[in-house]
Amino acid sequence: MRMFSRIEVKKELTLEETKTDKKAYSLKWLKVLLNSKTGTLGLIIVVFMVLMAILANVIAPHDPAQTDVVNRLVPPVWAEGGNPDYILGTDNLGRDILSRIIVGSRVSLLVGISAVFLAGAIGLVLGLISGYYGGFFDRVIMRTVDAFLAIPNILFMLIVLAVIGPSLMTLIFVLGATTWVMYARMVRGETLSIKERDYVRSARAVGAKDIRIISRYILPNIISSFIVIATLNVATTIILESSLSFLGLGIQPPDVSWGLMLSDGREYLATSWWVATFPGVAITITVLGIIFLGDWLRDVLDPKTKTN
Amino acid sequence: MTQVKEKKKTLLKVTGLKKHFPVTKGFIKKETIPLKAVDGIDLEIFEGETLGIVGESGCGKSTTGQMMLGLLPPTEGTVTFEGKDLTSLSKEELRRLRKDLQVIFQDPFSSLNPRMTIEQLIGEPLKIHGVMQGKQLRNEVIRLLKTVGLGEHHLKRHPHEFSGGQRQRIGIARALALKPKIIICDEPVSALDVSIQAQILNLLRKLQKEFKLTYVFIAHGLPAVRHISDRVAVMYLGKVVEVADRDSLFEKPIHPYTEALLSAIPIPDPTKRKEHKLLEGDLPNPSNPPSGCRFHTRCPYAQEVCKMKDPELTEYHEGHKAACHFPLQQ
Repeated sequence: MRMFSRIEVKKELTLEETKTDKKAYSLKWLKVLLNSKTGTLGLIIVVFMVLMAILANVIAPHDPAQTDVVNRLVPPVWAEGGNPDYILGTDNLGRDILSRIIVGSRVSLLVGISAVFLAGAIGLVLGLISGYYGGFFDRVIMRTVDAFLAIPNILFMLIVLAVIGPSLMTLIFVLGATTWVMYARMVRGETLSIKERDYVRSARAVGAKDIRIISRYILPNIISSFIVIATLNVATTIILESSLSFLGLGIQPPDVSWGLMLSDGREYLATSWWVATFPGVAITITVLGIIFLGDWLRDVLDPKTKTN
Repeated sequence: MTQVKEKKKTLLKVTGLKKHFPVTKGFIKKETIPLKAVDGIDLEIFEGETLGIVGESGCGKSTTGQMMLGLLPPTEGTVTFEGKDLTSLSKEELRRLRKDLQVIFQDPFSSLNPRMTIEQLIGEPLKIHGVMQGKQLRNEVIRLLKTVGLGEHHLKRHPHEFSGGQRQRIGIARALALKPKIIICDEPVSALDVSIQAQILNLLRKLQKEFKLTYVFIAHGLPAVRHISDRVAVMYLGKVVEVADRDSLFEKPIHPYTEALLSAIPIPDPTKRKEHKLLEGDLPNPSNPPSGCRFHTRCPYAQEVCKMKDPELTEYHEGHKAACHFPLQQ
């Protein structure tokens, strides 16, 4: 017993030394980031991709839309028959794959991230309302979710795109409007479980209003799972955009996106693997970077994460 | 105590309180017989006293506590606090009344928001009611921390960095922040180690003296209730079967159920042998309670009349009420 109390005292002292005042707390995110190797890697990847998207026109070695009929389906530079002009080779129309990846990052990142933001925001708000208030709101929202789940996503998107007409904005809107349901379901479920916890009861017992309970007691406790789901969904959304582009209702040439390139390369997969592989690799790396960054964000928001 | 009759002031009064939870079954959600968690309770809590409520798990004591707080609307009956009927108040009026009615929860591990710092947790009630802010608020939080035996250096920490006993102290500080008149302690020590239990009980007593608090102390451990209560109510299956001041209840129980509960307390003396009157069987299903006296299925003294007629809560001595056809000690 005595031994325990001594340890307790010692711990108390060291904790007192590391005074966690406001400044130290605001530095927490950086410390956590530098502590985690994956987090740092994620940040590097995402920053790299974003810079690439911003500076696309400056760094792209070729015009992404310019065809070169003589140099069609040139393999990457290290393979047999490679051309140093086209580092990652060319596609079936002789367009430079590297340039297309660089320029295509704009649309892919923009669509992937904004659609997830849109869907996440809708799903979060509706899920919170549905789970917290229950009753009529819950029934209306959940039946809507069921309806959305019952209609094939692609079909719904095709109809909307065919009516409104494809453009970048409509694409983001349509992707957001169809994928919010899964966030809504997840947020509702989490809210239902958290609103029965004692700390939410205690918030009510001290007289907190609903809006405060939702924003200070429920939201912070579901945000971790939400971030994980959202970051994983960036990948799905980029792929979904490619399916739409493949069906001709997504990105319209001469614009280019990774998804479009992926579907273009599908036909040549057996003979010219590089056409589809490189945009695929770009998607994979970006998504990994975002997931790593999401894990880091989740750790920052969790008070249990140690900073030292 | 002198024989001068002091008129004790009633702070909280509960009359005919019932809570029935609907039980739905099957695909079409047909409502069946409701679960009668609390089935007609009358209690009075006087200013400055501690009323202990004891009973087995599932007897409705926590539900009663929730209704006393106005956190759970009763199916029937009234909760009157300082002359105001909680059931008739609007949401906003009830919210303002929260200053006077506070609660300490059983599980200190789930009753504190894991995402808040201690400063936020304890300052929250004061902020919500706009009592104070800024530097003043911080000083008040530090003062509260010190009253419950914690210190300024705990301000920026999160609940997971504390032990169960410390967390319960934080919960108490949070309940104290608004200077309430009454605190409902919903099994505040059941989740703690025995050595810590005593600390928390003593802290609660100290605070009671200091701030002239009134407690409703819900528990299933009799020793803790004996330690802290002035009066004790024994509940069985959603009803109060006996109410008395502490000593007469522990020394001279009237209801057989109280007797059985008392005999279940172990005596820490191996040379003394005690005749245990252990109850057999489980608590009957509260959605289908036994006819007549609810306790007759497990009562060693039960007779025919007990199956037929529900006994009324009758006063046997000054302030000692029990509901039984065949009271002990008579």
